[in-house]
Amino acid sequence: MDTVWGDNVAQNIAFYLIAAIMVGAAIKVVTSKNVVHAALYLVAVLIGMAGQFILLGAEFIAATQLLVYVGAIVVLFLFGIMLTRAQVGSDPDVDTTAAQRTTGGFVAFILLVVMGYAIYGTEGLSETKLPEERVQTIAEVSDSIFSTYLVPFEAISVLLLAALIGAIVLARRD
Amino acid sequence: MTDLVLGLELAYWQQTSIKVLVAAVMVPTSALILGYVFLMKIMSFMQSRLGPMESGPFGLLQLVGDGVKFIQKEDIFPEKADKWVFAMAPIVVLVSTMLLFVFVPVGPDLVGEPVDAGIFIALAVSSISVIGILMAGWSSANKYSLIGALRATGQLIAYELPLVLAVVGVVIQAGTLNLQGIVAAQASGEMFGWGGIGNPYVFTQFVGFVVFMIAIQAELTQTPFDMPVAESEIVGGYQVEYTGFRFLSFFLAEFATAFAFAGIASVLFLGGWWVPGFDIDSNALNFLGPIVMFAKIMLVSFLIFWVRFTYPRFREDQLQSFAWKVLIPISLANIVVTGVLKVVF
Repeated sequence: MDTVWGDNVAQNIAFYLIAAIMVGAAIKVVTSKNVVHAALYLVAVLIGMAGQFILLGAEFIAATQLLVYVGAIVVLFLFGIMLTRAQVGSDPDVDTTAAQRTTGGFVAFILLVVMGYAIYGTEGLSETKLPEERVQTIAEVSDSIFSTYLVPFEAISVLLLAALIGAIVLARRD
Repeated sequence: MTDLVLGLELAYWQQTSIKVLVAAVMVPTSALILGYVFLMKIMSFMQSRLGPMESGPFGLLQLVGDGVKFIQKEDIFPEKADKWVFAMAPIVVLVSTMLLFVFVPVGPDLVGEPVDAGIFIALAVSSISVIGILMAGWSSANKYSLIGALRATGQLIAYELPLVLAVVGVVIQAGTLNLQGIVAAQASGEMFGWGGIGNPYVFTQFVGFVVFMIAIQAELTQTPFDMPVAESEIVGGYQVEYTGFRFLSFFLAEFATAFAFAGIASVLFLGGWWVPGFDIDSNALNFLGPIVMFAKIMLVSFLIFWVRFTYPRFREDQLQSFAWKVLIPISLANIVVTGVLKVVF
């Protein structure tokens, strides 16, 4: 880490470029007057997130981000919005009153403080060097899931199964 | 990725520019090839006619002429359309298609990016096109467009599951998600102790192959799964308001995606670019591989378009229940059987 940019100039430039796009799109998500536009800006944020994961060498998480969030969750958002209410142009029911803006800004600020404190307060973070070989292989990911993190993984699986069964019970009227 | 491709030493930026250029050129080229060979010629022969014969030898230039015609047409926006979203939608679909070509290998060194999570990331980028279709259908401010987009979304989400689950069988047998690794696993495989042609997974994973082919037929919205663009029911679905080069983008993306998915099917089930008798990393395969892959892609595409020209359209409810009640249980059973056999042998 000699220069201000660190060892990876190209990665750093790409990081700030993608981060700028993500921040801009994230602001548009909450300020857009059209629900569909907001969902599409959310897509931009999530794809940017996948790009950041690729820059970190975590291609499996990047692919999961695309497949799960972009390919399924936001698509379901859009599907739901378009099935119920989705007019072209600005939606009169979508308003941003002063009270909403203040509360939103306050919550965002609190979140920023807490996360910033957690990240910068960590001991020895600035001295930590990333390992030389950055790309994380699938084998490493699956090994750690099925050994170190086996119990949380199984707990999440059972939780999702319960949610799935609950959704079916709620949706079936007979 | 070796720095030495076909004996040429290239800098990183040169390699990257060549890869981007090849992926960009592959989209229109592959769409023209499939459009001419299958949509124009093979379909005509199946219907006892000649197809286009006037422009160029055997009508070879017909689609080029059509493309030029599309490009010079007026770029019309519907009055009530959401202009930005309307303009961006074909681009999103095209980019998703282009990204698919990055991951399909055609030789030991000839692959856009040999990522470790190959097949997984390829399926992930292919799912982005749903967003483009929803954008197109909504922004047109036309109820037929919206119905078409909603149909497309329901269909693509339903058939993405059997698509991914069918691939899992191959991944279990090969022991890797890497597409190059899957080719190598098939090349080094043996059938009853005979390794002459390796072990193409179409034999051991035949159920997976059938499920995969049905699922990509639906993902590509080809007949009998073409409800999103069913012209006799909802005029043209999400494409109805598009003209000129924007419509051309959708057309190119549809056929180019068919080509790319045929390539993925060839890699997963037909042995990929490996030619029997050659070493897996011999340099000759950098020349023979693309030719073999092209032949296999044309074979798989023929299956896709044969079904397209033969069967009538499903009903919307039949489509959904077929995915959820038939294909997904079969592919889950296939995974269980493959896993058990993998552990036993």
